[in-house]
Amino acid sequence: MAIYGLIASVIGVVAALWIDWFPPAAVQEAKDIDTLWDVLLIVSVPIFVLVMVVVIYCVRAFKARPGDMGDGEPIHGNTMLEVVWVAVPFVIVSVLAVYGWIVLDDIEAKKPDRLQVEVRGQQFIWRYEYPNPTGGKEKVKSYDLVVPTGRQVEFNINTDDVIHDFWIPAFRLKIDAVPGITTHWRATPSEKGSYDVLCAELCGLGHSTMRGSVRVVAPEEYDAWLSKTAAKAAEEG
Amino acid sequence: MTLAAKFKGPGWYRAALSIPLGILFGLGLTVGVRALYGYDPLFDGDAITTVALISTPLAFLVGIGCFDYWFYWAAGKPTREEDHSSHGAHTWKDYFKVNTDHKVIGIQYICTTFVFFVLGGLMAMVMRAELAAPGSQIVDPNTFNGLFSVHASLMIFLFIIPVFAGIANYVLPLMIGAPDMAFPRLNALSFWMLPTAGIMMVASFFAPGGSFATGWTAYAPLSTETPLGQTFFTIGVQFAGASSIATALNFLVTIITMRAPGMTFWRMPLLVWANFTTSLLVVIATPFIAGSQFFVLFDRALGTDFFNAAAGGDVLMYQHVFWFYSHPAVYIMMLPGFGIISEVISTHARKPVFGYRMMAFSLMAIVVLGFTVWAHHMFVSGMFSWLRVPMMITTMLIAVPTGIKIFSWIATLWKGVIHMTTPMLFALGFITMFTLGGISGIVLAVIPVDIYVSDTYFVVAHIHYVLFGGSVFTIFAGIYHWFPKMTGRMYDETLGRIHFWLSFIFFNLTFGPMHLVGVDGMPRRVADYAEEFATLNALISVSSFIFGMSFFIFLYNMISSWRHGPKAAANPWRAHTIEWQVSSPPPIFNFDEIPTVVGGPYEYGVPGAQHAIFKATEEKREPVAAE
Ligand code: HEM
Ligand SMILES: [Cu+2]
Ligand SMILES: [Cu+2]
Repeated sequence: MAIYGLIASVIGVVAALWIDWFPPAAVQEAKDIDTLWDVLLIVSVPIFVLVMVVVIYCVRAFKARPGDMGDGEPIHGNTMLEVVWVAVPFVIVSVLAVYGWIVLDDIEAKKPDRLQVEVRGQQFIWRYEYPNPTGGKEKVKSYDLVVPTGRQVEFNINTDDVIHDFWIPAFRLKIDAVPGITTHWRATPSEKGSYDVLCAELCGLGHSTMRGSVRVVAPEEYDAWLSKTAAKAAEEG
Repeated sequence: MTLAAKFKGPGWYRAALSIPLGILFGLGLTVGVRALYGYDPLFDGDAITTVALISTPLAFLVGIGCFDYWFYWAAGKPTREEDHSSHGAHTWKDYFKVNTDHKVIGIQYICTTFVFFVLGGLMAMVMRAELAAPGSQIVDPNTFNGLFSVHASLMIFLFIIPVFAGIANYVLPLMIGAPDMAFPRLNALSFWMLPTAGIMMVASFFAPGGSFATGWTAYAPLSTETPLGQTFFTIGVQFAGASSIATALNFLVTIITMRAPGMTFWRMPLLVWANFTTSLLVVIATPFIAGSQFFVLFDRALGTDFFNAAAGGDVLMYQHVFWFYSHPAVYIMMLPGFGIISEVISTHARKPVFGYRMMAFSLMAIVVLGFTVWAHHMFVSGMFSWLRVPMMITTMLIAVPTGIKIFSWIATLWKGVIHMTTPMLFALGFITMFTLGGISGIVLAVIPVDIYVSDTYFVVAHIHYVLFGGSVFTIFAGIYHWFPKMTGRMYDETLGRIHFWLSFIFFNLTFGPMHLVGVDGMPRRVADYAEEFATLNALISVSSFIFGMSFFIFLYNMISSWRHGPKAAANPWRAHTIEWQVSSPPPIFNFDEIPTVVGGPYEYGVPGAQHAIFKATEEKREPVAAE
């Protein structure tokens, strides 16, 4: 039984790690989360396999023969065993909780010189506001989300109406846009490209259409884009 | 009976009269108050419907006869001598009347809740048809939002929670050697509130603007702004919740005061322990959801600003109060199933439950811990961030008592004589699938992972692994297990097995791939999705249709076996607990002689061991104090 369990666990873990679970990652913080996920798989699969293997073994070994009207052995418990299966899961979840906490602290760490982007949710679209490149107080408004690589972006999230949820799967992070308060998350884009922006909180009729995209570009390109957008906005008044 | 008498006495005739009166009352009250205040227009459809949704169900309950006895008593009239005319079923018609027999009520509960299970299931099929391919298939987004909202609400409030109450209603008094529940009339009232709540939720589809469409979670401020259909949920939940609370009180009093002589707490079957702990959860937690929905109702109907941030309302407050009920509610939906599995496994494996006392203690631990984890549903809600880590830790700690249960069931199988009956198959299916759902639960508790997967299909997968592979499998196990007791007939074992294997396989094919699409980035509660999720969603939809069909094998088995199945013996499973020591189905007042409990409930394999003995005695029963 132990042999079968071991083989099944190894196959299970390999298969679970082989699956390409996540969409491509575009921020530095993603690595910590993806590793955490792999660790959770490595811990979970053997536990599931253990339960399956013992259940299947019991069914095969202790199945009643036809006509067997007897009873099983009157085993009422086993203190040693019970201590073990209280202690082992306790240790496992404690370690995982601490590990999860550390990762949380890491991914939420504030880096200096953050780019502040205001995000406003509205049924059923996202709007963004960027700091003015000329240093003015007036923010640069746009329906496009463009961020530079190599610099931590802090999203300050608001909503005009109901709750939405600002989610960029490639950035791995999300948070609700809540009426009355401003919520935040931070990430450091590292891979150039275009990625989905989704609303992950039911916000009414058009919730499933509340999809947009984010462009991660080189810092120079970002500056150019921002100046152009600012100029255009100034022109339009 | 003369026609006039029919309208005077409790029953459907009088209900048919009282329902229009209830509507009229709602109309009159609304119009009257609006006239007093000089509101325009005088006739406001939304306002009238809101009040009528409260007055009409109450009028129905009065008409059908839930309150007759109490009214007599409260009015100081001589209450009629109890002639037991509304106790026990003599024809099928008695199941459609207010009845005080816990066995009749149990059957009423089970049949009613399965009706709502089928309705909720059909809605799931429509959703899966819509989701079979990207783009719009058969329903518009508003209907889709309505479908998953009503689907989830029916499954939770009208199926899982009450069907457990129904099974326990039937079995629990017999198990503890009681002639009935402690408050039979309250028991009847609890039952009759349920169809009211369910019909209200389903009827919301006919409201202008469509059914409620904010999920079963009804987050404010979306729920305070959507059309009238939402009110059907807000008020429907009140009736379902009141029913739940009343039943839980009834169970608590029954278990505490009505155990047979010798039935100490440590001799109670684990199903009784499970319902004892569940009832504690229900009475403590359910008032919170009632509160949350009342505040939504006030915001909608009275123009208050509890959840209007612009006027100083607090949006996150709704979620805290809601989850302070709804997390314990997941244990309300699971603990009774734990009880069923303990009975089924020990009986069909012919072994004492391994670590009986730890099984009871772990139930208590889950009750206590269950109140300390609600905010794990709010890791991405924008609440105060310091609360997240403590709630992650408590959430993960619940794995310990839950693990005790799973390992103890497996140890119960060890060296047993395992009979692979249908209830046993479902119990084994439960153990494995619930383990998977539990593991994905641990994964969800780890905050950085939850931030990513919350509100995705990963959560939909998790929900269904714990609720379908978990709760519903225990319900099937329990129904098959006690079917002979309830109906006096045997079900068809072959059909039962086919039902199990189809369910087990297609359950996994339906909900397994949802983990993958979820982690790949598909959000939940969407009528449409990106092209890249198309293949897996097609597979999910096809599997779900076959899975849905498998239910009809169960239905056919139940109906045909109930009508023509072979007669069942009193104790076909050779179980030790008391419900099996009386005839199948049991006598109207349960026990012709009162049992005396002399040992534990699961002493299989112990030579000469007995749980209860029957000796003809005229002694008056005294409640036994706890040890
Ligand atoms: C064949 C059986 C079933 C199928 C195919 C099915 C399918 C679905 C689907 C498609 C959704 C909507 C997911 C979304 O759009 O986010 C859903 C939601 C839900 N289902 Fe089921 N379901 C089934 C049975 C059940 C059962 C037995 C329960 C028991 C309680 C249940 C509980 C829920 C809950 C609580 C939700 C709410 C998820 C949310 O609010 O986002 N389902 N189901
Ligand atoms: Cu949305
Ligand atoms: Cu929870």
